[in-house]
Amino acid sequence: MASTATVATPHHVAAHKAPTGIWSWITTVDHKRIGILYGVTSFLFFLVGGLEAILVRIQLAVPNNDFISAELYNQLFTMHALTMIFLALMPLTAAFFNYLVPLQIGARDVAFPRLNALSYWIFLFGGIFFNIGFLLPLFGGESQAPNAGWFAYAPITTRTYTPGLNMDFYVLGLQIVGLSSIIASLNFIITIINLRAPGMRLMRMPIFTWMVLVTNVLIVTAMAVFTIAVTELMFDRMFGTNFFNPAKGGDPMMWQHLFWIFGHPEVYILILPIMGMVSEVLPTFSRKPLFGYNVMVFSGILIGWLGWGVWSHHMFATGMGPIADTFFALSTMLIAIPTGIKIFNWLGTMWGGAIRFTTAMNFSIAFIAMFTLGGISGVMHSVAPADLQQTDTYFVVAHLHYVFFGGTVLGLWSGMYYWYPKVFGRMLDERLGHVHFWLTLIGMNVTFFPMHFLGLFGMPRRIFTYADNLGFNEMNMLATVGSLMISLGTLVFAFNLFTAWKRGRVAGPNPWGASTLEWSIPSPPPEYNFRELPVVRSRMPLWEGDPTKEAAIPHGRHEEDTQTVSFAGKTAEMPFPDDESKMSAHDLGIHLPPPSYWPVVLAAGITLTFGGLIFRPLDGALHNLWYVSILGVVLTAVSIYSWAFEPGH
Amino acid sequence: MDHAHAAEAHAAHPGHLDTTTGLDSRKMAFWGFIGSECLLFGSLIATYMGYKGKSEFLGMGPYPHDGGWKNRAGEVMNHGILDIPLTTISTFILLMSSVAMVLALNYTQRGDRKNSVLWLLMTALGGSIFLGFQVYEFTHFYNEGLTLSSNLFGSTFFLLTGFHGAHVTVGVIYLITLAVMAQRGLIPPAKALNVEIAGLYWHFVDVIWIVIFPLVYLIK
Amino acid sequence: MKSRVNLFGPRWSALPPEPDVPGRSLASRLGLRSAPLLAAVLAGCSEEKHLQTYPQTIYAPRSEFADKLLDLQNLITYLGVAVGLLVFAIMAYIMVKFRYRPGMPEPEQIHGNTKLELAWTLIPALILAVIAVPTVRTIFETQQKAPDNAVVVDVIGWQWWWEFKYPVDGGRDTVITANEIHVPVGTPVHLRLTAGDVLHSFWVPQMGGKRDLINGKTNHIVFTPNEPGIYLGQCAEYCGDSHALMKMRLIAHDSAGYREWLRNEASPAPEPTDSSIALGKKLVTQGACAGCHIIQGVPTMVGRTGPNLTHFGRRRTLAAGIVENNAENLAAWLRNPPAMKPGAKMPNLNLKDEEIRYMVAYLQSLQ
Repeated sequence: MASTATVATPHHVAAHKAPTGIWSWITTVDHKRIGILYGVTSFLFFLVGGLEAILVRIQLAVPNNDFISAELYNQLFTMHALTMIFLALMPLTAAFFNYLVPLQIGARDVAFPRLNALSYWIFLFGGIFFNIGFLLPLFGGESQAPNAGWFAYAPITTRTYTPGLNMDFYVLGLQIVGLSSIIASLNFIITIINLRAPGMRLMRMPIFTWMVLVTNVLIVTAMAVFTIAVTELMFDRMFGTNFFNPAKGGDPMMWQHLFWIFGHPEVYILILPIMGMVSEVLPTFSRKPLFGYNVMVFSGILIGWLGWGVWSHHMFATGMGPIADTFFALSTMLIAIPTGIKIFNWLGTMWGGAIRFTTAMNFSIAFIAMFTLGGISGVMHSVAPADLQQTDTYFVVAHLHYVFFGGTVLGLWSGMYYWYPKVFGRMLDERLGHVHFWLTLIGMNVTFFPMHFLGLFGMPRRIFTYADNLGFNEMNMLATVGSLMISLGTLVFAFNLFTAWKRGRVAGPNPWGASTLEWSIPSPPPEYNFRELPVVRSRMPLWEGDPTKEAAIPHGRHEEDTQTVSFAGKTAEMPFPDDESKMSAHDLGIHLPPPSYWPVVLAAGITLTFGGLIFRPLDGALHNLWYVSILGVVLTAVSIYSWAFEPGH
Repeated sequence: MDHAHAAEAHAAHPGHLDTTTGLDSRKMAFWGFIGSECLLFGSLIATYMGYKGKSEFLGMGPYPHDGGWKNRAGEVMNHGILDIPLTTISTFILLMSSVAMVLALNYTQRGDRKNSVLWLLMTALGGSIFLGFQVYEFTHFYNEGLTLSSNLFGSTFFLLTGFHGAHVTVGVIYLITLAVMAQRGLIPPAKALNVEIAGLYWHFVDVIWIVIFPLVYLIK
Repeated sequence: MKSRVNLFGPRWSALPPEPDVPGRSLASRLGLRSAPLLAAVLAGCSEEKHLQTYPQTIYAPRSEFADKLLDLQNLITYLGVAVGLLVFAIMAYIMVKFRYRPGMPEPEQIHGNTKLELAWTLIPALILAVIAVPTVRTIFETQQKAPDNAVVVDVIGWQWWWEFKYPVDGGRDTVITANEIHVPVGTPVHLRLTAGDVLHSFWVPQMGGKRDLINGKTNHIVFTPNEPGIYLGQCAEYCGDSHALMKMRLIAHDSAGYREWLRNEASPAPEPTDSSIALGKKLVTQGACAGCHIIQGVPTMVGRTGPNLTHFGRRRTLAAGIVENNAENLAAWLRNPPAMKPGAKMPNLNLKDEEIRYMVAYLQSLQ
C-alpha cells in the first residue's frame, strides 16, 4: 500500500460517498480535485490572457491607431505574457501533473496532499493579486498593472523610472506565484521517486511522468534563481537598495543574467511536459508503442540539463564579447539536437501505424509541425550575428508564439481532449473539437507566420503603434484577423469544455484503448484511485504483460474490449465502475488523507504578507499597507503551527 | 489500523517504509528543498561576487576591508569596516552549534528525553548567540553610515547575510518548538525523523555560512 | 558564403556609386542577397522595390556589416526551409499512408531502431556544424576593434531621443546633434553606445545588426556604409511609453558631403536674418526652452536634458524621427509635446499661437 495510507479519524467525511459542496472543494487534499481546480482556474486565466492579446492585436491592426493609449498598451502586452506564462500555461501543466501522475504511477495521491492544496491556493490568490493593478480604475485610480515587459529589464523597472505601483505588483505577484510553483515541484519529484506502484521501475514509467519529473527538477531550481532576481528588484523598489541602480553602480546586465538563467529553463519547463503528453497521445492513436522510449527519456533529461547552459542567447545584442557570443551560439545549436531527435521519434511512432484522427491526435500532430517551425526559427536565433537583425523584432514574437502557442498550447489542448474523459467520465464533442482544431491551427498560422516577415522587414517588438509607410500594414491586419480566428476557436473549446461535462457521451475506463495505468480505473476515478494497487511488469501495462499474473490491470487494447475487465481474477461487465465509484474509501478499508482548511488559510496568510508590502501613493506620501503584512505574518505563523500539529496527518 | 497500531508497527520495523526507494518521503523532500535553497543562496552569492569591489564605499576606497572610509562623524577611518575577529568567534559558535545538533539527534534516537531537550536548546542557543553577533554587526554598520542603500556593498552584504540570518532565525524557532515537543514526550525514537530533518536544515544553514564567511570576510 | 543567382535577371541600383568610393558590392546591387526572400515572397520584385515597400527591411544591406549578416540569414533560411519542408513532407506521407482503415491488421509493434536514432542525431549535428562555422567566423569578424581611420560617434540613448556626439579636432572639441546621425560612405564608422537613463537599442537595419545601449557600459558597432542615402532606424529595446516613437535617420554622404555637413554642424547657430526670427530667438533662448536645450553660440541656453538644437532647422524630421520637420508639425509639437509623444519629458508650456509662430520661424532658421 502506498505510504499515503493514514488513520481514519473523526475528520473523515460522514457520508459514504465523495464529499460535495464548496467547503469540500476548499478543504480538499485530493490530487484529482486539486487538478480540476488548477485546470479551471488556469483556463479562465488563459481567456484573460487571450483577451489582453486581442486588445493588443486590435491596436496593431492599423498604423497610428489610437484604440488604446501607449500606457495601457504597455500594460497589456506585459500582462499578456505574465498571465499566459505564470497564470495559464504553467498551472495548466500543473493541472495535468496533479491529476495524472498518481494515476500513472499507481498511487493513491501525491506525497504531500496538503502541500499540494497549498500550492493551488497560493496560485489562485497570487493570480488575483497580479491583476489587481488592472482593477484600480474601479477605485478611482489609473490602471497600474505591470508594464515593463515580462522580462522587466532594469533600470526601467526601478522606482526612478516606474514610480507607480505597476512593477510592485510584478515583484510581489511573482514572489507569490513562484512560491506556489516551488512547493508543487517538490511534491511531484518526491511522488514520482517514492510512490510508484510495485514493479514500476523508472524506465517503466509513462513518458509523461518522466517529463514531469525532469520539469519539476527544473522548476525547483530555476525558480530559486528567479526568486532572488525578483527579491533584489523588490528591495530596490521598496528598501532603496542599489542592485539595479545605475547611479550607484548597479548593472543592468546583472538583472539580465539572473533573469535569463531562470528564463531559459522556464521555457523548457513549459514545453517538456507537453512533449510528454504528446508522446502519450501519439502511440495511442497510432496503435503502436512510442518509438525510442529510452532515447525520448534521455533526450528529455539532456534538454533539461543543457537548458541551463544557453541563457545568454537572449542577450546577443548586449555586447558580451565574441567569446561569450560564440559559447552561447554553440550551446544553443547543441540543444537543437536532442530536440530534433524527439521530432523524428514522434514521426517514427506514427510511421507504420494505424492512425485515427481524433481531435486529440490532430492537436498532437499539429504540435509536431508547429513546434518544428518554432524550432527552426530558434536555430535561426542561435546564429548570433544574424540574431542581431532578428532579436527585439517581430521575428522573435513569431518564434516564441510558434513554440509557446504551436507547442505548449496545441499540446495542452491535445491533452485536454485525451484526458477529459478520464477526469469527467464524459467525452468532449468531437465535431466541435474539429471546429476548434481547424480554427486554431489556421488561425495561429495566419496570426504568427507573417510576423517572421514583419520582423525581418524592420518592425521592432513592444511598440504600441507603427508608421503608415513602413509596409507593416497588411501583415499586421492579417495577424489581427488570425487572432480573431484563434479566439473563435477558443470560445468553441470553452463551450465544449463547460457543456460536455454534463452532456457529453459517457466514457468508460478506456475509451481510446490506451496503454497506461490511468486507463485501468473508472472514469472518473473513485476517490481512492485504485481499489488494489497494481503490480506493474511492463511499460504499457494495458497492452503488454500477462493478464493472469497481473491482477487488477485490465488488459486489452481495443475500445470494445475494455468494457470487459479482468479484475482480481473475476470478469465483470459494465456498469461495475459506476457501482464501484459509489463506494467510499472507508467502505473499502482504504485510508486517505483527511481534508484540511490550513492550506487555504496559509495561502491567504502568505498572500497578505507579500501584498501588504505594496506601496500606496497617498497624497504624495508613500505608505505601505504594513498592517496587512503583519496580519499576514501572524496568519502564516499560526497556519504553519496548526498544520504541523493537525491531527490525522 | 488506528494511530497507536500504526505507530507500533513503525517502531517495530524502523526503516521499513512503503516507499519505492525505502527512504522517507519527508526526508527526501527536505533534500529537494535544500537543493532549491542552494540555488537561492548561490544566486545571492553570485550577485555579491559580481558586485564585489565595484562600489563607492562611504566616500573613499571600494573595499570593505581597506581603510579610507568615512564614518558618520566624518572622520576618515584607517581600518576596514568588517570586524573579522568578532565574526570569527560567531562563526565558531555557529559551527559548534552544529555539533550540539548532532548530539541532540543522537539522544533523541536513543530515547534520552532529558539530554535531547538539553542539546536542542543548546543548538538554539548557539544559533541565537550567532544572531546576536549579527545584530550587533548590523547595528554597528548602520551607525557608521553603511546601510542597504549606501552602495553596492551595503545592498549585497545586507541582503546576503540578512537572508542567512533569517534562515538561522527560522531554525532557532524550529529548534525551540522541537525542544518543547520533546519535553512533552512527543518525540520518541520512532519520531526521530523530525529532529533529523531539523538537523539537516541546521547543518545546511551552517554550510552556507561556511561559504559566505570566507567570500565576504576573509577574501579581499 | 556565395550569393545565389537571382532567377529574375539582373537589376540596376537607383543611385550610381561615387567614382572614388568602393560602393556596394555587385552581388548587393544585383539584388542577389535579397534573392532567396524575394524569389519566395515577392516574385519578380527588385531589391529596390522591396526597399521602397519596406523601408526598414534587413534585405537591402548597405554596409559590409549588413552584408555579412544577411549572408548568414540567407544560409539559415535555406537550410531551415529545407528541413521544414522535409519534415512536413514526411508528415504528409505518414498521414495519408498510415491512416486507419477498418479491417486493417494491427500495426507492427516496433519499439525503436538504433540505426535510425544515430542517423537522425548525426545528420542534424552535421547541419548545425555547417551553420556553426560561418557563425563563429562572422562573430569574430564583426567584433574587431575599429580601425584607426574610423569616424567615431558617441551615441547616448535617452527617453525618447538619440544624442550623437562627434569628437573632432583630435578630441579637443565635440559636435553634438540629435536624432539624425550623419556618416561618410566608404569609411569605417565606429559607434560607441551607452545609455543615459534606461536601456535602449540602436538599430538601422540596412547598416547592420542592433546593439543595446546599457548604463555603465560602452558597446560598439563598426560598419562601413557603401551607398549614400537616407536610412531609417528605430529603438529596439523597450524603454517606456514612447518606445515606439523613438526613431532616427542615418544619412550617409559621400566624403565631401560629409565633411561639409560636419563643418556646418560644428559652427555656431546662425544669427537671425529678420525681425520675426529675432523675436522667435528671444522667445526660445530666454524662455523655458533654455532650461533643457542647448544652442551653440547662445549663452542663455544651458539645458542638458533635451536635444541639442543648434542646427535643428536642417534636420529632416523632428521629435526623434517621427514626423517631417516642417512648420506645421513643429507648431503642433510646440503646442503640446505629450500629445504627440506619450510621456514626453517636454511639457505642454501653454504657448500662445502667435508665440509658436515666431518660435517656429527661429527654429527653422537654425540651418
